[in-house]
Amino acid sequence: MSALLEVRDLSARVEAKAILDRLSLSLPAGEVHAIMGPNGAGKSTLSHVLSGKPGYEVTGGSATLDGEDLLALEPEARAARGVFLSFQYPVEIPGVPALTFLRTALNAQHRARGEAEVSAPDFLKLVRARAGALKIDFDMLKRPLNVGFSGGEKKRMEILQMAVLAPRLAILDETDSGLDIDALRIVAEGVNALRAPDRAMLVITHYQRLLDHIRPDRVHVLAGGRIVASGGPELALQLEREGYDKFAAAA
Amino acid sequence: MSLAEALQHGDLTRLPSRREEDWRWSDLRGLIRALPPAAPAFSGALPPGPFAARFPAERLCLVNGRGPDTIEIAAGENARLGLRLVAAGEGQGDGEGQGGGEGYVGRLRLTLGAGASLVLLQTHEALTGGYLAQTDLEIVLGPGARLERLVLVADAADAVAVTLSHVHLAEGATFVETVLTTGARRQRLETRLTHAARHSAATLSGLYRLAGRRHADLTSLIRHEAPQARTDQLVRGVVDDQARGVFQGRILVQPGADGTDSRMGHHALILSDRAEVDAKPELEIYADDVSCAHGATVGALDAEALFYARQRGLSEAEARALLSDAFLGAVLDRIVDPELEAVGRAWLEAAVSPEVGPGAETLA
Repeated sequence: MSALLEVRDLSARVEAKAILDRLSLSLPAGEVHAIMGPNGAGKSTLSHVLSGKPGYEVTGGSATLDGEDLLALEPEARAARGVFLSFQYPVEIPGVPALTFLRTALNAQHRARGEAEVSAPDFLKLVRARAGALKIDFDMLKRPLNVGFSGGEKKRMEILQMAVLAPRLAILDETDSGLDIDALRIVAEGVNALRAPDRAMLVITHYQRLLDHIRPDRVHVLAGGRIVASGGPELALQLEREGYDKFAAAA
Repeated sequence: MSLAEALQHGDLTRLPSRREEDWRWSDLRGLIRALPPAAPAFSGALPPGPFAARFPAERLCLVNGRGPDTIEIAAGENARLGLRLVAAGEGQGDGEGQGGGEGYVGRLRLTLGAGASLVLLQTHEALTGGYLAQTDLEIVLGPGARLERLVLVADAADAVAVTLSHVHLAEGATFVETVLTTGARRQRLETRLTHAARHSAATLSGLYRLAGRRHADLTSLIRHEAPQARTDQLVRGVVDDQARGVFQGRILVQPGADGTDSRMGHHALILSDRAEVDAKPELEIYADDVSCAHGATVGALDAEALFYARQRGLSEAEARALLSDAFLGAVLDRIVDPELEAVGRAWLEAAVSPEVGPGAETLA
């Protein structure tokens, strides 16, 4: 039986520049895997290609979610099947209150899956519970999404959306960037609370410190567009000590 | 040269043409091949106007240009009023604006006495198509008077319509207008405002949301003739398909109008590569010690924001509509009267698809 996310020999480019080079990765349900690597290794490209961001051309290989070809789907169809990307730089959307945005997204996913829409009271109850756990002031959700939010608030908003949308596959792209240690802890606790047997997470990071809080089952080193090493959590500590140089050379 | 003159004299050569700087993006001479017959007096019963429930107030009607010729709000009086400008001819356009349809010219004078206050919901409604119409409004505010109007323009897709408002502000008068339109075959909504005495204030807001082959032209001329007056103008538009939006804003600060504070902004989104926006913001200043600014942008929807919304599950069409409406929403934030604001928001919601949007009967 294949894993929840199965990536095989995936190659992709932006314009003429090859970024991913026959990348393979197997992520079973219930597990959290970390992707670490130097700048420019292709970490963000991997998250964009898996979530369907326009502008990338897949030149080879495959990526499946529960055995279904992800790469053929529009971004919103991937979202409806449970792909969630926590953005490295969450987008500000002036004029759309965070609550409105989130409810629109949730109901769009429900419709796409042929499920009933969530009523306003049920939605508010759900959001209140999740926001409280992330120490998000409910009044903040009435403000336009991410407009004027601090870096930490934006990342907490991403995790709140993840908690409400309850994805099958969560990809966290540099969720630790721009966070102080307190914000990092809150975000990590939020992520840990979402670990579940039927869910998988891909945690993309440059630094080991996030992995002190989100303990991965496996760590993969991405360099030169491919996975060059995989191991247990101890691999992250080794990277922190020794740097990426020898892996970059291996690629 | 005006549509009204051409209609009254049955003379095509009196139509404004692209050779006039002011009409270069809204040419009527090259568009109209024949002038239509005059619209008959309307004998039927009008359906209730839009937003009757949300804005319960007395309604005055000009049907095919016929109706009251003056509205007076006496000094010190507070009033709320609906003004319905209805095209209700017998003809049916062919959808291309050729044949069918009738022509008419309407005129109305609205005066507010000293210290009077009026909240006005002005609706342009089409019960027919293919018409050629010009409506001239003369609005005179006495000292300290205040008028806020929300103008909802729902013309037929094959209509040619010109609305010209002359606004005259006495000392300390306040004029707040918000114009929302979905365009027409060719449509001009023009405000010519004069700050005739000191300490008057004008807030002018406009919004166009155009699809299909519709056209809307928001033109304004603001004259500062006295010191210490303020103008704050913001127009935002979204154009899709083969639609065309035009903004021409001119602020003229005359000698002696010291202490003028005047700002103008026009911002547009183009959603299709066959849509077009033409903008000409102008400031002309002949006084000292003035504070004037203008800003203009035309762009596309932010690709990052579109992807973000789609990643969360919105379809591309839903994402585009959400972001467009959010962009336009900034205009509605400027409406002061809460009832008018609610009407404006309901209008924008219904205007997402203009072809099935605000019909006269469908909105309550």
